Amino acid sequence: MKTVPIAIAGLVLSAFAIVGVSLVAVTHAATADRIAANDRMTMLKKLEAIVPPGSIGNDPIADRIEVQASELLGSPSTSVYRVRKDGEAVALVLNPVVPDGYAGPIKLLVAVMKDGSLGGVRVVSHHETPGLGDRIEERRTDWVLGFAGKSLDNPSEDKWKVKRDGGVYDQFTGATITPRSVVKAVANTLRFVKAQGNELYTQPAVAATKGAS
Amino acid sequence: MSGQQTYLEIVRNGLWSNNQSLVALLGMCPLLATSTSATNGLGMGLATTAVLTMSNVAISLIRHLVRPEIRLPVFVLIIASLVTAVDLAMQAWFFELYKVLGIFIPLIVVNCIIIGRAEAFAVKNPVNRAALDGLAMGAGMTLVLMTLGGIREFIGQGTLFAQADLMLGSFGKLLMVNLGPDFHGAILAILPPGAFIFLGLLIALKNLVDKRARNRQAALARATPTGAEPQPAG
Repeated sequence: MKTVPIAIAGLVLSAFAIVGVSLVAVTHAATADRIAANDRMTMLKKLEAIVPPGSIGNDPIADRIEVQASELLGSPSTSVYRVRKDGEAVALVLNPVVPDGYAGPIKLLVAVMKDGSLGGVRVVSHHETPGLGDRIEERRTDWVLGFAGKSLDNPSEDKWKVKRDGGVYDQFTGATITPRSVVKAVANTLRFVKAQGNELYTQPAVAATKGAS
Repeated sequence: MSGQQTYLEIVRNGLWSNNQSLVALLGMCPLLATSTSATNGLGMGLATTAVLTMSNVAISLIRHLVRPEIRLPVFVLIIASLVTAVDLAMQAWFFELYKVLGIFIPLIVVNCIIIGRAEAFAVKNPVNRAALDGLAMGAGMTLVLMTLGGIREFIGQGTLFAQADLMLGSFGKLLMVNLGPDFHGAILAILPPGAFIFLGLLIALKNLVDKRARNRQAALARATPTGAEPQPAG
């Protein structure tokens, strides 16, 4: 092999590498702000869906703390968004992870009102079997909407199970593991909030980072 | 397979005779993974078609600049940068669409149809042909994806084009079919083995149609004495 053609080939290749990287860099710079704004909007919409209408008076995405409670919340670090209106605490929205889904972790968004009842629960992402476990999705069945208004006293704590285990929550035909894990994780979230009490509302918010994640 | 193809042949190749999913069996990973519903299939197909056309055009444009020994790394670079840029741009300016298609975009990078067409066609052809080839090959893959997705969705869940309204607006609602919540279907169709089984059946069906067509032609050739000699069947 001659060295000159190899050198030319190397130069052409690096030229294309530079062009490619520049294209990505320019696009990234041009879009980063808009993408962050879009993510924020999406997150806000999700929050609005699980707290009572009109109850958000602050910016819950900025008024956020990070907590470490992997035992109850399933991930090393969990965000807690604080919803306030006119300076009054309204609700906490947490994003716990269900560690023992049928096919991997399930990410949830759980709103806990000031009185300890649930504002609502949504499934953010999961890998459950299509047609069976995926009935936890709001767009497939109403199952997940059944959590709204429930608390650790209603039903009583030993009833926080699927019906097959003697609790009050429906399981799905052919899929018991998924709802069982979700019910347990929601109950654990309530336990966490109850144990922490007002502390969660009074901690200083984390410094603003690169927008919602 | 060189520059002598007419435009019609390019389209025919893409949609049927050299269909990348049924004949070349390229791009199996995204095909099998995203064909769980007709809507997903359509979304993945459209996104792939867009990237394939763009990459074919880009590669056709630079085909005289690239030395043969480094062409593959250059193609990979171009495809990867294009996909990343498209992903970011959609996320910023077409966010509603991104929410539906977004999960598919990064998967396009692993689709070997893109590099396959770059290598087999775009690098040897002028821009207009390369663009048409991208469109035709993309459309061919979209059809297979949508059909496979539709079959799996219908048998597995009893729906067709579920949630198409998220992608196509009110028109999507017209396409939606639902057998109702009591239809439980054969879950196997939705699971990964179902993808292999139904893809196999689709390929068999295509080969059957081709064989019939060949036999008919051969019979015709035999019937007319002046005709060309019969082609071997099979």
